[in-house]
Amino acid sequence: MSNKSYFNPDDLKKFGNITEFQEELGKKFFDYYAAVFEDGALTKREKSLIAIAVAHTVQCPYCIDAYSHDLLQKGVDEESMMEAVHVAAAIKSGATLVNSVQMMNHVKNVSM
Amino acid sequence: MAIKQKGKSLQARDAQLADTFFQLKVLNGKEISDQKYPPFAEQVGSTTDHTVLRPIYPEIFQINIGKLCNQTCAHCHVDAGPDRKEENMDRATLVRCLEILDQTQIKTVDITGGAPEMNAHFRWFVEECSKRDITVMNRCNLTILRANKKYHDLPQFFKEHGVHIISSLPYFSKKRTDSQRGDGVFEDSIAALKALNEVGYGVEGSGLLLDLVYNPAGAFLPGDQADLESEFKRQLAERFDITFNSLFAITNMPISRFLEYLISSGNYEDYMTELVNAYNPSTVDGLMCRNTLSVSWDGYIYDCDFNQMLDLKVSAASQHIDDFDIEALMQRSIVLNQHCYGCTAGAGSSCGGETV
Repeated sequence: MSNKSYFNPDDLKKFGNITEFQEELGKKFFDYYAAVFEDGALTKREKSLIAIAVAHTVQCPYCIDAYSHDLLQKGVDEESMMEAVHVAAAIKSGATLVNSVQMMNHVKNVSM
Repeated sequence: MAIKQKGKSLQARDAQLADTFFQLKVLNGKEISDQKYPPFAEQVGSTTDHTVLRPIYPEIFQINIGKLCNQTCAHCHVDAGPDRKEENMDRATLVRCLEILDQTQIKTVDITGGAPEMNAHFRWFVEECSKRDITVMNRCNLTILRANKKYHDLPQFFKEHGVHIISSLPYFSKKRTDSQRGDGVFEDSIAALKALNEVGYGVEGSGLLLDLVYNPAGAFLPGDQADLESEFKRQLAERFDITFNSLFAITNMPISRFLEYLISSGNYEDYMTELVNAYNPSTVDGLMCRNTLSVSWDGYIYDCDFNQMLDLKVSAASQHIDDFDIEALMQRSIVLNQHCYGCTAGAGSSCGGETV
């Protein structure tokens, strides 16, 4: 059976191959990426929890797979993972709802 | 609380994977999966100075005292359980082990199982080691301490003999612990840890060592051991007021019941690929097979407990403790196979956790 879907989980393993078409920029990206996720003012664990939240907001299935696995390896419990996603969901829904003020403003401006 | 067993052993179910030769065929791409991975021995030969892996003088005499256990954990590499009543070390074999300890310079005995405490000669053997000033490490599944009244005094017994306790606790939450080990295991494990803390185990300044073993509850590798230790310490202290010394992060070996789980869940090839991709040549010097001798319930000698479970005996004339010959064993080459990738992934894995 042919696999004609836009998302193929196996493609995640080929992520490193993006250097094939532009080596210098690809390498710079991966160096930067690795540095971002090192311990700093935030721990690796905290950064991975931010990553899983952002992965949901940008709706990247590769990132969701990668950081779910990474968080399991880091010993993070399911409750913490889901709370991180709720933070992302709250910001997303908040961002939608806060724009409703503009809708209300407009409605009020043109209404008698 | 009574433990609800996850199931029966592979052997009791007469499963194909109860056959160790069949397991080796799977690992070598000849059964179930046709996926081939670089041969481990060649990988070691081409990435390290070890063209053949040789042992150093043994520091640890690891005795698998029997397969009888009060739990049937889903990941168990021993295929232990309550139904494994036959394979348990007898007194004569333990006497022979003591003779070997008297004749060699080995100063540490690592008792594993099954649940070692269920062996009828366990206490006697610990006492004999204690008399000889041999350090005893006991791999305790924790719940055995709560399984029956006859085990309730074990923390005190361990304390009297200065036994180093190494306890399995896959996670600090009920859900992930019970999914691997059986319903009820988490609560009994917490009660057992409290009982050990009460007599001084894991308490600063007591000198009584209580280490925990973390192994992932699923098809993923353990993360950084120091980070996991700090998270376990924080969580167990906050949630249950429990303290311990060190945490050993151990990679699940793709053999026996964990191999069965990997295959049935469709994770086998991804897990093997992850192990192979995480191969780290700097782990090879510190592999436990180099400083350990592993003895089975019936007295055979192996390079490690994993080789024992695959029935890969030492490559030496001295294959049984009745023919124990330290010189011959020192000359042996260690038996390697594809499961060995489990000990060389990332920061390495051994019965004492990371190796680099």
